[in-house]
Amino acid sequence: MKIVDDNPSALTALDRPNSYIGRAVPRPNLRRLTQGRGQYVSDISLPRMAHVAFVRSPHAHARIASIRTERAKKAPGVAAVVTGADLAKIMTPWVGVLTHLKGLKSAPQFPIAVERACWAGEAVCAVVARSRAEAEDACELIEIDYEPLPAVTNAETAADPATPVIHKELGDNICFERTLDAGHVDDALASSDAVVETTFVFGRHTGACNEPRSIVADWNEGEQRLTVYQGTQAPHMMQNLYAKHLGLAEQQVRVLTKDVGGSFGIKVHSYADEMAAVAISKLLRRPVKFVADRIESFVTDIHARDHRIKAKIGVKKDGTITAFEIDDLTGVGPYSVYPRTSGIEANQVVSLVGGPYTTPNYRAKARVVFTNKNVMSQYRAVGHPIAAAVTEGLVELAAAKIGMDPLEIRRRNLYADDAYPATSASGLRFEKLSHHESLAHLDAMMNYAALRSEQKRLREQGIYRGVGFASFIEVTNPSAAFYGVGGARISSQDGATIKLDAQGNIGVHTGVSEQGQGAEAVIAQIAASSFGVPIEKVRVVMGDTDNTPYGGGTWASRATGIGGEAAWQAGKALRANVLALAGAMLQARPDALDIVNGAVVDKGTGNERLSLAELARVAYFRPDTLPPGIQAELVATRHYVPRAWPFAFTNGVQASYLEVDIETGFVKLLKHWCVEDCGTVINPQLVNEQVRGGIVQGIGAALFEQCLYDERGQLLNGNMADYLVPMAAEMPDIEVGHVVSPTSDSELGAKGAGEAGTAGAPACVMNALNDALRPLGATPLTDMPFTPDKILRALGKV
Amino acid sequence: MKPAPFAYARVRSVDEAVALLGETAEAKVLAGGQSLIATLNMRLSAPPLLVDINGIDGLEGIAHSDGTVTIGALTRHVEAERSGTIAAHAPLIARAMPHIAHPAIRNRGTIGGSIALADPAAELPACLLALGGDIDIAGPDGTRTVKADDFFRGLFETALGPCDILTGIRIPAASKNTRIGFAELARRHGDYAIVGLAAAAQGDGKGLKNVRLAYFGVGSTPLRQPKAESALSSELNGKSIDAAIAALDLDPPDDVQATGAVKKYLAGVLLRRVIKQLMEPLQ
Repeated sequence: MKIVDDNPSALTALDRPNSYIGRAVPRPNLRRLTQGRGQYVSDISLPRMAHVAFVRSPHAHARIASIRTERAKKAPGVAAVVTGADLAKIMTPWVGVLTHLKGLKSAPQFPIAVERACWAGEAVCAVVARSRAEAEDACELIEIDYEPLPAVTNAETAADPATPVIHKELGDNICFERTLDAGHVDDALASSDAVVETTFVFGRHTGACNEPRSIVADWNEGEQRLTVYQGTQAPHMMQNLYAKHLGLAEQQVRVLTKDVGGSFGIKVHSYADEMAAVAISKLLRRPVKFVADRIESFVTDIHARDHRIKAKIGVKKDGTITAFEIDDLTGVGPYSVYPRTSGIEANQVVSLVGGPYTTPNYRAKARVVFTNKNVMSQYRAVGHPIAAAVTEGLVELAAAKIGMDPLEIRRRNLYADDAYPATSASGLRFEKLSHHESLAHLDAMMNYAALRSEQKRLREQGIYRGVGFASFIEVTNPSAAFYGVGGARISSQDGATIKLDAQGNIGVHTGVSEQGQGAEAVIAQIAASSFGVPIEKVRVVMGDTDNTPYGGGTWASRATGIGGEAAWQAGKALRANVLALAGAMLQARPDALDIVNGAVVDKGTGNERLSLAELARVAYFRPDTLPPGIQAELVATRHYVPRAWPFAFTNGVQASYLEVDIETGFVKLLKHWCVEDCGTVINPQLVNEQVRGGIVQGIGAALFEQCLYDERGQLLNGNMADYLVPMAAEMPDIEVGHVVSPTSDSELGAKGAGEAGTAGAPACVMNALNDALRPLGATPLTDMPFTPDKILRALGKV
Repeated sequence: MKPAPFAYARVRSVDEAVALLGETAEAKVLAGGQSLIATLNMRLSAPPLLVDINGIDGLEGIAHSDGTVTIGALTRHVEAERSGTIAAHAPLIARAMPHIAHPAIRNRGTIGGSIALADPAAELPACLLALGGDIDIAGPDGTRTVKADDFFRGLFETALGPCDILTGIRIPAASKNTRIGFAELARRHGDYAIVGLAAAAQGDGKGLKNVRLAYFGVGSTPLRQPKAESALSSELNGKSIDAAIAALDLDPPDDVQATGAVKKYLAGVLLRRVIKQLMEPLQ
């Protein structure tokens, strides 16, 4: 038997006539992009626009003794040379802290380094010129005297008294610490039949977006207004930051986000060089463009992961997991990234470890330290891949130790599907998850029993294949609990405005943004379904702080669940307005009417009564014919924020099947499966591609990607030849299945799906690898990425 | 990532190219540009002049006559990849070709450019060395031919002088006794290999003779292995293969993809795999 479920059945609760919910409709932006008419920031060119290039510190830590700019200022095409001291006069520094991460501290960060450079790659000086090439030429003429300072590059010793403190005023190199102690861990471990203890290591990696970070900033001295074109995930957040640090009102700042070539969490943060570009535009009173090149991307785009976790699990012979214990250490660079901080990933790890399981005994310790490497912050599936790898790695090691099948140990410990609502040992609140149904679905989909017999047969021929699993939970649809309560002006609510035009089409203005994942399509589907028009009649407007309702943007798997619900409600509100008007025009009760396929119809019969085009014509051009007292209101706005649950947790389970060449240590991925539960599926094709893309990034973490630093704090592989982004040729087929447990926090019931793939993939690849090598007596591999080098060492070949 | 300013000249003849190279110190030859342009854009090099040889007639094409396959310097990888002549008479080149980077790079990159650059991790220099080919060079003093064994001298350093143009390569055409082997280990398809091995030999009854092994990715040039070659040329059995592996004279440095120790170990694994290929007569 084989179940392949790439097309989940549509839902009924939301199944309005000609509903697009649950259907794979083509994305409205496809034609624009395939015609080459997308507008990325690089495509924007404004009159008098100058280009910014930065001189970046070659040292991981150095005092900037002097900067001589005379030669550069005289170079061809140069408009200005700008230092950190220049910008400090017009832009205030920032500190990346959140009050709900107690004790989190960081130092003031400037748009361009002032006095000290704290990582190799930090901008030290900027040149503004007619072209980027001329700006780069002039950068070579700037003479900077650096006095190298000791660099802190080892997180393990960063907090030692003997290690120099990066920011003296902070007293030490500790950014954040969190501890948690639930249940009775020591007793539980003591009463276990087996305890497994190991250390997991997660390589530092980054997002490697197709389109690098890029910005055009245009300060208009006449209007006293700043317009910023930026590939960002959070336009309103950026509006706030630019206004705040330039001393402007938010209405003096407009952020425009058009097409964005991928972001993965990279583009949801402030970056010093982007803040500098904005300040330079204000300083010079002219538009400037900064587009990070690939090398700059590697040394300045936020990095992520880079955790070392000592971990322990206790288990009884019957498979009962008695306790989890972890000790996490991560080094995040010299500053906590503003405004979301660099404490969230470790915080998430603490919250999420053990999350799928009922085990009440859990102790965790996390320490986040400053280092002189590039900054780290939130990247796709923040903390989840780490927590899942630790949890699921421990679970499979424990299963192997007691001789239990890895699916069976999960069945005995996962929250039962009827156990909700439930609260985890770390305090996470789950509304409704479906671990067991997902597991059963996966078991059938992959034909697990047949794989195990194939594995056994092939082992006799010297072919080593492994199967590995990962159950996971995922934070989606975050409420204000994520950032707002910590004092950050990052909106957790989102809004949608829907307008009926004079021909019966609708424009949907939404606060969420599109970065290639299909948010535009999803919002169009929801609005079309909710209001009642064919999707061709919907135009979505996003990424413009002047023209969209205030919203958070797209991150933490929130666009569909939160922005989509706002669009759903706005569609309903506009439908009610239109039907009130139609009722007056048709002398019918509004509740006996509906809008279907672009026309007002009788709800019972479905017979068309009035086209929306005709209704709009009358409303806009012949309102004199309407009954007295009737005023058409053909624009509706609704906002939505989750209130009942701080997060809409989703769940799922993945499996990896792979083969290890035990002579070379090379891994061939044969197949990957994922069953996930993101509640209501709006567009199955987009969900599945989100899951697949996420899995590929997770596989990157497990096998390929790592930002390699030497002990002096130099990045060794900051280019696309040496930093191995996963490529299609090495990727397995990925089958995706669904279980649907809608959230009752919204009518739509949609939860997020953008990070589920990334959350579980590293864990199950690791488990599959260790499953493959177990008969050879190899030391279990727990240090990602699993390079041929590490695999050969585990096998004792070198 | 914009290159530093440079002058550009598109030449029509080899003589013109050689003359221009003589006039400007540190000038660089632009052929397919697949390595050069990247280094310019990253400002790893800033030559004052690029001499574009793409307009020179007669520097491209593949020919087979009198037991020799000739490949013009401007021949693109893709032409060799699709060439019936290469498939029939230079099967080692044909076998290596799919491993070289990606289609977009093979469309533009030239055979001569790959040999002249002599990237120690590149496939073609090793193939040429394994085949015992010749390199044709035009310079200020006329033309000359250098054997592959004498051509690769150090890291990105060859027998080419600053004013020389590599005009083509010649390799002995395969005969019915020719045996070839090629294998490389790259973590992603199309990447430079952690270690690779190109090999050629003559079948000799159940054994091999004239074995030539050329490793790449493990030193500053492609590396022949005379001791291992002779171990394999006398007799071919488990013992001689073990002896050949033991005789590998490699001391690869660590790089970002693998440690030197692993590269050296994998060189032995590749040798076993390539010997299996060498034992198979050509179809």
